[in-house]
Amino acid sequence: MKATNYTSTTNACKLCRPIGACLAFRGVEGAVPFLHGSQGCATYMRRYIISHFGEPIDIASSSLGEKHAVFGGGPNLKQGILNVIKKYEPAFIGVATTCLTETIGDDVTMILREFQEEYLNESHSLKIVSASTPSYAGTHMEGFRGATRNIVEAMTRGVPAPVKKHSINIFPGFVSPEDIRYLKELARAFDAEITILPDISETLDAPILLEYPKIPKGGTPLRAIGQMHGALCSIEFGRSVDDTLSSAKYLSDEFGVDAHRIGTPIGIRETDIFVSILEASTGKGLPEEHRLERERLIDSMVDGHKYVFGKGAVVYGEEDLVIGLTSFLSEIGIRPLLCATGGKSPHFKKAIMEVTRGLLPEPPLVREGVDFWEIEQISKELSPDIILGNSKGYKVARALKVPLVRVGFPIHDRIGGQRILHLGYRGAQWLFDTIVNTLISAKQESSKVGYWYF
Amino acid sequence: MTGMNMSVLEARKGQVYEKGDGPFKLKCNLDSVPGAVSQRACVFCGSRVVLYPITDALHLVHGPIGCAIYTWDIRGALSSDRELHRLSFSTDLQERDVIFGGEKKLEAALLELIERYEPEAAFVYSTCIVGIIGDDIEAVCRQVSEKTGIQCIPVQSEGFKGSKRAGYQAACNALFRLVGQGDTSGISPHSINILGDFNLAGEIWIIQDYYRRMGIEVVATITGDGRVADIQRAHGARLNVVQCSGATLDLAKMMKERYGIPYIRVSYFGVDDMAEALYKVADHFQDESIKKRTNALVREELDAIYPEIVRFRQALKGKRAAIYVGGAFKAFSLIKAFRLLGMKVVLVGSQTGTKEDYEELEAITDPGTIIVDDSNPLELSEFLKEKRVDIFVGGVKERPIAYKLGIGFCDHNHERKEALEGFIGMYNFAKEVYSTVMSPVWHFVPRKAV
Ligand code: SF4
Ligand code: SF4
Repeated sequence: MKATNYTSTTNACKLCRPIGACLAFRGVEGAVPFLHGSQGCATYMRRYIISHFGEPIDIASSSLGEKHAVFGGGPNLKQGILNVIKKYEPAFIGVATTCLTETIGDDVTMILREFQEEYLNESHSLKIVSASTPSYAGTHMEGFRGATRNIVEAMTRGVPAPVKKHSINIFPGFVSPEDIRYLKELARAFDAEITILPDISETLDAPILLEYPKIPKGGTPLRAIGQMHGALCSIEFGRSVDDTLSSAKYLSDEFGVDAHRIGTPIGIRETDIFVSILEASTGKGLPEEHRLERERLIDSMVDGHKYVFGKGAVVYGEEDLVIGLTSFLSEIGIRPLLCATGGKSPHFKKAIMEVTRGLLPEPPLVREGVDFWEIEQISKELSPDIILGNSKGYKVARALKVPLVRVGFPIHDRIGGQRILHLGYRGAQWLFDTIVNTLISAKQESSKVGYWYF
Repeated sequence: MTGMNMSVLEARKGQVYEKGDGPFKLKCNLDSVPGAVSQRACVFCGSRVVLYPITDALHLVHGPIGCAIYTWDIRGALSSDRELHRLSFSTDLQERDVIFGGEKKLEAALLELIERYEPEAAFVYSTCIVGIIGDDIEAVCRQVSEKTGIQCIPVQSEGFKGSKRAGYQAACNALFRLVGQGDTSGISPHSINILGDFNLAGEIWIIQDYYRRMGIEVVATITGDGRVADIQRAHGARLNVVQCSGATLDLAKMMKERYGIPYIRVSYFGVDDMAEALYKVADHFQDESIKKRTNALVREELDAIYPEIVRFRQALKGKRAAIYVGGAFKAFSLIKAFRLLGMKVVLVGSQTGTKEDYEELEAITDPGTIIVDDSNPLELSEFLKEKRVDIFVGGVKERPIAYKLGIGFCDHNHERKEALEGFIGMYNFAKEVYSTVMSPVWHFVPRKAV
């Protein structure tokens, strides 16, 4: 099936690149994300992020005006950083460029080097890391992965590698704060020392406070990032991650840190792979309580398999989330009909085929670079029973009169997006229960009889 | 003022004032300080806000994808029929467009979308990089208008060319191109255009109903629940009734100059301002029967909500409120509304207020009130604590600041889903304030424990 070729974008199924970088920077301890561009972009991104996480997020901007667009934004960038230093006293500033500053050709690396020389002396521990994030070349996921890698590079390059340690690096990609908390819990159960980068578990899901902090607590400690090149190994989630954006690849190429580049652990098999790496790296078996979670999950899948068998699903969103969800759906007997993303990754289609191999009667339709208009057109013909993705697909779900299970980012029409657990056996359990109950409830509501005992 | 020393940047000191703290002086209308995390948006945002509620026009954002995504159906402007405004159209410029120019792509996108949706007109918004790569969107619009017979109107809204207010001006320029094209025969001598209301949560329907009951014809609603055809004949109305400090005032001025249509400025927030708006319009027409009907209407509406307001007032008396909004005009009405509820306003600020706005704010606030221009999260949080605020009124970006500190919050922005205009709006507002201030959850927040 092929939708007609078209030029315009209607209801995009992706976000712009710097928002990904800002989210990644937000996961570093003591960091302030900084957008080099005009004020609008920063304000828009902040409200977009706030509406999902329900947390304040300060993104500074160099607030370029017309004259800066002509003469270059360097002075504003420097002045802006100085103001941020004064007001926030950050340990880290992550500067992401925008379409504007990329187009006028500001050399941010050079401007920052000058800044370093002009204003920061040796004793200053402030780290400034930049990411080049023009939105006309890449989505928020490239922004997120690229910024993550830039952080690692900046904190390790030229820094003598610490003595080999037994710690494990985890690059989870863009997952929820709850997901990160789960990873930490799992690592604790293994008694493994880990460094998760970025870590938004607290910075974007903080408790209620008495004092408004200049910078929210939490985030990956800078010290730990500075030792990632001495780790035992790196585990990087995301089958779609390109070599050029891979932090694990960088650490392996430059410092020989073993790289395990695996799928985002959603569902049983992808989690099994992740767990087996943890087992091998720690020399321990999966701790009892987590083994029980896996077995309960399978037990429940048996209990509920009939409600879902043969149902058709449309899945959309970021490449790696879609790959993970597709993998899980095919494990429980749901047929992924359409796997769609607004991004473009050469690895997307291949990964979808890999994770569904042997479990599906026919391969799903895989589309990249699509918008929600196209998703709707294609979905109409596929008549799915359920749709999985972020809130932005609600219009499609509504038009098709098909229930939407909200996962990923952004979730703007429900509370608690930051607390959704997608990863691991426990995440799969939540997904399974939610999917089954969503299907049951759709059936119940449309039923004339209205059974209430199943 | 202890807090101020801590969190206000040197460069911003002139933009904060505490009433009673020396003679009134407040700097405003400045560029945002770089690095200060302003709550402001951009020119494009201003244009988009004003034009977006026109429901039967195509709104195509020419630029990279973000600018369009972040403005996709984020506001609650309702429509009584078509809903084209709720879609997000973009040319999603790619690297090669940036290098070779985006005009071809824009033209193709426009043609394709006009064919797909058959809009009554199309607005093409330019964003920052379009201003840099130098696409001639005026020319593309002209060509496509000729080809399709659908009027395509460029909106010069490059984000960096000023603040949101420059965007209002750009939007008014675009609207002014539509005005004057329609047939004005049959329009009543007692007729108005409603300007500066965006039909959030159906508010314009409430206001329209009041005017109808007064015996006044509404020609065009600009732009809430707006229709291209109505705007085209807006020059047939006898009076422009303009709400909001900046958004559509320029259009009223242009219409006055070219068509000699007078305008008055009103606010529909709070009972005083609401009643005054209707009286002003009635006065303008010098017609006894309209005046009589207006008096009766105001009385009837007030009677309906008054007992409820008294009930809320009893619970809310003495509570402390903070206000931070986009345009200052809203703040005036809010101050009055809080007074009606027996509450004290201890902080008031706006993103884009003018000198006159701030002078008026200074005049109507109590001593000790902080007045602030173009503030930011750190300052605001400091003020909220210092002034021991019970409820904060603001937009999406202010909400988490209040909530994180365990302070009540009322959404008074373009995303609201509750009508806050009109007499019924005062009731809704009071109810919203009540339901946040009186919630039991504050018993558990750390702020209450100390
Ligand atoms: S200009 Fe670029 S960075 Fe800014 S909002 Fe638009 S797409 Fe995003
Ligand atoms: S690129 Fe310009 S127009 Fe677009 S959001 Fe940013 S400041 Fe506004």
